[in-house]
Amino acid sequence: MLSFILRRLGLSIILLFLISFISFFIITLTPGSPYPWGEMNPKISPEVKAAFRKKFHLDLPLYQQYEMMLHDLFTGELRSMKDDLPVMKKITDRLPATLALNIMAILFSLSFGTLLGLYGALYRGNWKDMSLSFLSFLFIALPGFWISYLLVLTLVKYVGIPILGTQSYGIEFPNHLTLWLDRLWHLMLPAIVLSLAGIATQSRYLRSSMIETLRENYILTARAKGLSPTVVLYQHALRNSLRPLITGIGMLLPSLISGSVIIETIFAYPGMGQLGYQAVLERDYPILITLNMIVATMVLLGNLFSDLLYALVDPRVRLE
Amino acid sequence: MTTTEPPFLEIKNLSIGFSANEKVIPAVRNVSLTLNKGETLAIVGESGSGKSATALAITRLLASPPAVYQGGQILFNGVDLLALPEKELRAYRGGRIAYVFQEASTSLNPVYTIRSQMAEMLRLHRPEVHNIDAEIIRWLEMVGITNPKERLKAYPHQLSGGMQQRVMIAMALSAQPDLLIADEPTTALDVTIQAQILAQLRKLEKELGMTMILITHNLAIIRGLAHQVAVMHHGSIVEYGPTEEVLQHPQHPYTKALLACIPRLDEHRRRLSTIEKELQ
Repeated sequence: MLSFILRRLGLSIILLFLISFISFFIITLTPGSPYPWGEMNPKISPEVKAAFRKKFHLDLPLYQQYEMMLHDLFTGELRSMKDDLPVMKKITDRLPATLALNIMAILFSLSFGTLLGLYGALYRGNWKDMSLSFLSFLFIALPGFWISYLLVLTLVKYVGIPILGTQSYGIEFPNHLTLWLDRLWHLMLPAIVLSLAGIATQSRYLRSSMIETLRENYILTARAKGLSPTVVLYQHALRNSLRPLITGIGMLLPSLISGSVIIETIFAYPGMGQLGYQAVLERDYPILITLNMIVATMVLLGNLFSDLLYALVDPRVRLE
Repeated sequence: MTTTEPPFLEIKNLSIGFSANEKVIPAVRNVSLTLNKGETLAIVGESGSGKSATALAITRLLASPPAVYQGGQILFNGVDLLALPEKELRAYRGGRIAYVFQEASTSLNPVYTIRSQMAEMLRLHRPEVHNIDAEIIRWLEMVGITNPKERLKAYPHQLSGGMQQRVMIAMALSAQPDLLIADEPTTALDVTIQAQILAQLRKLEKELGMTMILITHNLAIIRGLAHQVAVMHHGSIVEYGPTEEVLQHPQHPYTKALLACIPRLDEHRRRLSTIEKELQ
């Protein structure tokens, strides 16, 4: 077990080096310049330009730039080319908001996805299952931004749910509780929109894996033992149907950090998605490469995490 | 005035169909069987003859839909199991009528240990047992499993096919059921293990005075194990009687054909017998 984890972590480090190499060249070779001013701006003197290039090592050959970048990435000395703030600070400023939103969305996806998937498998073929299937495909197919605007139009008007930012501005909160409730309230709409597609896909996966499991011989054995349908379902069938759920957890993990550009823009939510999007538009190389590496790390950790969970759930899975 | 005790198990005119595309395809037609306490009844027939459907129907284990219970009665000590509410029926399943299925490798839940699957049975049907581990070990020993103590923590995939089937039998018997239904218990095993399991069943039958229904497609294995035999074909019983009589003097051509299919050591045949087309 331990040797498996260590070996996977070792492999991940090699992979991360490869990823850093490839993403560095893709990012720097993309057309456009990282200058914080227009390239043709006549007010900027060649000296200022040269100073900027020197500061960010843009005057060096690419392979040396890559070396410097790698060094700064590890020592945490990378600075934004835009406002000269440390990249780590810009990211940690945004991280709590993104974490809160995505943890919420993942909780929604997994819990409601599991419930609806179970329900569909149990009542497969009847009108409830059919309408659930229809809704699932609808939410998988409809773009998130469109649903967002519909929700904004209806819920804001009739329920008064807030849509901008992480908390109400210009209000004195009498205590911490009201502040946190206000934040939670702000989280609702973006979290729901973010999780809709997740709920739909999770429930579809779980439904089909559950239907498959319910056909297994050991389910007949469990019923022949005289167990109640609830025990048969939750103890004997569910644990054998968890694979897609675990895969889902592994795949959702990276989104904890990376955020979502579209949803954050619509709800003016100050998360990592916005940060990344801005950085792409401004060719802010240090931020882009850092975000890229963080997401890559999360993907690799997510995979490792699901592999460990598989082994935990199913004794036949051996980690070697 | 004499009160006649109801027979142990009496199946009267049982008919079952499977619904497919709005039609109901008959699987069991008008089957009637009687089983006395302490006896073993073998139901014999080829795949699709309705023998398994009959066995599963006894405690309504056939999922409905697609199965349709079209008519008949299944009287167990005088109680009609087909008319019993699902909740009351659950006390019969496992507790009074226990099953052993064909493929032990897929009939045990792969993610739970032997101990937890057997303990589940005991907790459900024998709440009076306090030392569950000791009781499990006792039954594992009874079915001929060596080192039963070490098997407790094993998962099904860590046991051989024969061991898995022994665990299934131990699990079914541990609830001390009145009736054991063994649905092709040896089909998925190789021949030497088949012989061992059959010998085990024979031994348990004598020791515990078990009442048993043995479902098989293999007429060769029922001699010395079953008192009565019912031969099923296309969902109906074509021949029914004491085992020796049916084996010695088969009446129905289908039974004769089935018997002819058993290869013998003392004859030289180029080709094995098959069932004639008109009989199928």
